[in-house]
Amino acid sequence: MGIEGVGARVARKEDKRFITGGGRYVDDMVVPGMKHAVFVRSPHAHAQIKKIDVKKAQGMPGVVGVLTGKELKADGIGNLICGWMIHSKDGTPMKMGAWSPLAVDKVRYVGDAVVIVVADTKGQARDAAEAVEITYKELKAVVDATKAIQSGAPQVHAEAENNLIFDWELGDGKATDAAIKSAAHVTRMKIVNNRLVPNAMEPRAALGHYDKAEDHYTCWTTSQNPHVARLVMSAFYNVAPENKLRVIAPDVGGGFGSKIYIYPEEIVCLWASKKTGVPVKWVADRTESFLADAHGRDHVSMVEMAFDKDNRITGLKVDTIANLGAYMSLFSSCVPTYLYATLLSGQYNIPAIHANVRTVYTNTAPVDAYRGAGRPEATYLLERTMETAARELGVSPAELRRKNFITSFPHQTPVIMNYDAGDYSASLDAAMKAADYAGFTRRKADAAKRGKLRGIGMSCYIEACGLAPSSAVGSLGAGVGLWESAEVRVNAVGTIEVLTGSHSHGQGHETTFAQLVTQRFGVPIDSVSIVHGDTDKVQMGMGTYGSRSGAVGMSAIAKALDKVEAKAKKIAAHLLEADEGDIVIENGEFKVAGTDKSLPWFQVALAAYTAHNLPAGMEPGLKETAFYDPANFTFPAGCYISEVEIDPETGVTDIIQFVAADDFGNIINPMIVEGQVHGGIAQGIGQALLEGAHYDGSGQLLTASYMDYTMPRAGDLPSFKVSTSNTPCPSNPLGIKGCGEAGAIGSPPAIINAITDALGVVDIAMPASPSTVWSAIRAKK
Amino acid sequence: MYSVNYHRAASVADAAKLLKNGDAKLLSGGMTLIPAMKTRLAAPSDLVDVSRLKDLQGVKVSGKTVTIGAATTHYDVSTDEKLKKACPALAHMASLIGDPAVRYKGTIGGSIANNDPAADYPAALLALGATIITNKREIAADKFFKGLFETALKEGEIVTAVSFTAPAKAAYQKFRNPASRYAIVGVFVAKGKDGVRAAVTGAGEDGVFRSKEIEAALAKSFDASALDGLKVPAKGLMSDIHASADYRASLIAVMARRAVAAANA
Amino acid sequence: MSDVSLTVNGKRVSGSAEDRTLLVHFLREHLGLTGTHVGCDTSQCGACVVHVDGRAVKSCTMLAVQASGSTIVTIEGLANGAELHPVQAAFKEHHGLQCGFCTPGMIMTATDMIARHPEGLDEATVRTELEGNICRCTGYHNIVKAILAASQTMAKGSKGKAKQAA
Repeated sequence: MGIEGVGARVARKEDKRFITGGGRYVDDMVVPGMKHAVFVRSPHAHAQIKKIDVKKAQGMPGVVGVLTGKELKADGIGNLICGWMIHSKDGTPMKMGAWSPLAVDKVRYVGDAVVIVVADTKGQARDAAEAVEITYKELKAVVDATKAIQSGAPQVHAEAENNLIFDWELGDGKATDAAIKSAAHVTRMKIVNNRLVPNAMEPRAALGHYDKAEDHYTCWTTSQNPHVARLVMSAFYNVAPENKLRVIAPDVGGGFGSKIYIYPEEIVCLWASKKTGVPVKWVADRTESFLADAHGRDHVSMVEMAFDKDNRITGLKVDTIANLGAYMSLFSSCVPTYLYATLLSGQYNIPAIHANVRTVYTNTAPVDAYRGAGRPEATYLLERTMETAARELGVSPAELRRKNFITSFPHQTPVIMNYDAGDYSASLDAAMKAADYAGFTRRKADAAKRGKLRGIGMSCYIEACGLAPSSAVGSLGAGVGLWESAEVRVNAVGTIEVLTGSHSHGQGHETTFAQLVTQRFGVPIDSVSIVHGDTDKVQMGMGTYGSRSGAVGMSAIAKALDKVEAKAKKIAAHLLEADEGDIVIENGEFKVAGTDKSLPWFQVALAAYTAHNLPAGMEPGLKETAFYDPANFTFPAGCYISEVEIDPETGVTDIIQFVAADDFGNIINPMIVEGQVHGGIAQGIGQALLEGAHYDGSGQLLTASYMDYTMPRAGDLPSFKVSTSNTPCPSNPLGIKGCGEAGAIGSPPAIINAITDALGVVDIAMPASPSTVWSAIRAKK
Repeated sequence: MYSVNYHRAASVADAAKLLKNGDAKLLSGGMTLIPAMKTRLAAPSDLVDVSRLKDLQGVKVSGKTVTIGAATTHYDVSTDEKLKKACPALAHMASLIGDPAVRYKGTIGGSIANNDPAADYPAALLALGATIITNKREIAADKFFKGLFETALKEGEIVTAVSFTAPAKAAYQKFRNPASRYAIVGVFVAKGKDGVRAAVTGAGEDGVFRSKEIEAALAKSFDASALDGLKVPAKGLMSDIHASADYRASLIAVMARRAVAAANA
Repeated sequence: MSDVSLTVNGKRVSGSAEDRTLLVHFLREHLGLTGTHVGCDTSQCGACVVHVDGRAVKSCTMLAVQASGSTIVTIEGLANGAELHPVQAAFKEHHGLQCGFCTPGMIMTATDMIARHPEGLDEATVRTELEGNICRCTGYHNIVKAILAASQTMAKGSKGKAKQAA
């Protein structure tokens, strides 16, 4: 692998700027004449807008413009879209209500944007925002999805009767019912997956700049996928045609899904820039992020798992209600359907599965993909149920899982997915060994002597990543294909630029992608630059989410490298007067196998551009483009074990150890992969122990700052024991499965299984805060 | 933040004069006031900065008497060697406020003048039977803390120092709100020449209070076991999304027991 | 409006700003030092930590005018020319950052923490003292590792210097 190639723990190239204060985030951008925007947001969860009076605000010091939704509509700016069509089981299309970037007649959640105020300074914009007079007629609100679908509940959108967006199913209902009927044992649970707020540390921001002379727009935005942003803003929001709109996502401070979507603010900033004639920058406060970033999770499910007399699973029936909030965000419809129900087979051989999913409008922030997106919900449901089943059946949780593992591949599940490779026992064994599972009984007894309750819990997860084969997702309703593009430009002096449609917002692409090139051509890693995040530089791309940038983005680069290599070898063969088939690349040189003839890399590059002596008919230059469309999803999997100790007096849970054993396929940079797992686990532990978005009955978000929403801090977490045992992915050229979401997917059930084990209870709500644990202990007494 | 006029006071007397401007407020560490101004929940017309006044800074220990200047930061209180000898419980308490950056700026005077119902210092001063010294008078802690964000301070009155007699034994135990890290329950117990005092912060609907139940039990024996089976009434305690009144009541007993154990250790 | 005079990263600077201007905004907008970030409204995330008169404070919770007269070090002023500060180097070596947004505040907090603990640091202390800095990417695992490593490197460095001086 070499010290800079594939498999090496190369320190990150991008770190230099971040550790010296040289990162360039949207809020760091300054454009001459730039003004600052503040959005006036709805203080009500549900209300009609009776009147908007902006006169007073317009006269405030420094104010450049105060603009409303009516003006936005008059200029033809379109409504926000949902990019994935889902049909209900009765064949009707999902019932989508309109989402105007600035609310016109009605507001539907606290934080709904109503007016934009542009002023010389942010302080002045805020002063003027307070002077905007909006008359509302308050309406009754509903925040709980299970209540919203009851008749008589407040109606969020006229289009969706009883707030039901779609009622969808997957799998074989009849076979599943039969399996449950004839089962030797059925485990039944109600599973609640709590609502989370993604909380990337960089708040969302947008800077819109309309250049009148060129009739051209530039948008700097905190995006995980600037090309998709440009496409959607052009094709659906009528901001500008694609050739007149450049979208730049510079350094982005974390995304976790929340920066995939095209939100109202960037559209409105672009439009406001044209309207006011000045560049307009908006940067969210943290409370704005809490109110108006897309949230994650929020499922309530009933589950039945059937077993035969040998404890083999014979069927799984799931009925889920998913809260999508006040509007359908860009990918909101696919998260609780094709990213969720398709994973309900887990690592297990389950002959019959049926899932029914109802998605529901409520007067809360829109819900969309958050790290894991559907797969954490599936894993939590399955692994909590497995744990409960093991306890009910009186067998060890590890053995119940092992008995039901899928062991031969490929394996077709009853819910679409075709698993291509894996070794689930290997991960289970590795995790149990690392956790000294066998020694737990002794440790539990020791803890009991100290008055503490100890518990251990495991979770065997699987996810589908490498999103995704375009034709497959197209047949399931996706509005886009999920390929990736790459362009490899070899300069005349031999340095290399790789242009990618993937976007790095913490993942370290500038390093790992360069490692791939270094591995291939033996050039120093410093001579390779990765270019991303700018629609003027990179032609097209689908961005970064769903743990796809390794499996899909790097596969596209590998394809482009193949083409570059083929052409370079032709040139080298010509120059070395050798047969093309005899040329090998070693340590940055082209060699003729079996001879001492060689040419350094840069000379071949130079020859391609001088074009003085190229093979007959060959075009000059050394630059290739590739699009890679995955043949299948990838299936990272693994086993997580957590051990906790609870103080029964206070309800405080300490995580004594957390072990992760993952199978990510081939790994480019183990250091970066471990970092991804650490971060994912922290978010999963956050969900299990600390985090939860909490609306009161009137739709006010009570957890709208870090004063009330518990972010995981260093003191809340242990150091993690992570390892991998990998089976290469057969469906892509690099054998990569992806590692970005695993930690967040596998960890919540491991924690809750440990807590319920310690307490001797069947279930406990997430987040299992000290107060919740204390109440559970008291209820048991 | 709304517009504001900033003044740096040259002395306490100067500060008192500057406070007469409009709706002026004293600024010390600013760890509570500035966040409140940022979210526009506080809107003073003027700020009078007293944080740099040397007269208001430092810890003095003379015999058993401890005096701490109002503008002494939590960090300086927590690390003061004299105080660590005279009343280690207070130094320890100061080391538990906020985070290191907050402790570098926040001051004892600012904390008690604000009297946040979840702040730590009010519990300590109440349990220590401290005296709050202002530019006009001296006020016993029992009379100083009046309710949520309310104190006995009159318009224009400036806390200059607090003073107390070092107790024979004392300790503070804090149970943090997982999100804000303020106290959900904080119990400061002190055994001094006038007996045992126990004050509770973070829990009371009217802010910091002395717990009769704990004091009565500990008067008999200043031992953790004296609190075994102690039931603290939930009436009058706060309930919010982080902790019910019942949970707070239970935590008060637990924290009190742990505080006594620590004081005796 | 008030005049604000500061020494920032060794250079004397002055400017005029509204009294309500926070130190972080003065650094970012008046001085162009955009390495210091704002990640929350409640003084909790620590992305804005800088050193004021040798102490790590949250520049989002201090007015620029309040700091006037002070000496300030920001993330841009931490390295010694091209040579990274040991804490910066350790964050890179141990992969103590991902998106980089919290990193400047983390590093400024860590340097202060190490200075306050000449006796050395252990994992529990590092975790406790990171109370005021929130990271969403790393799970803190490698941040803790980096700070412990930097603390050791700096202890060795200062011992080396002490020996040379002797």
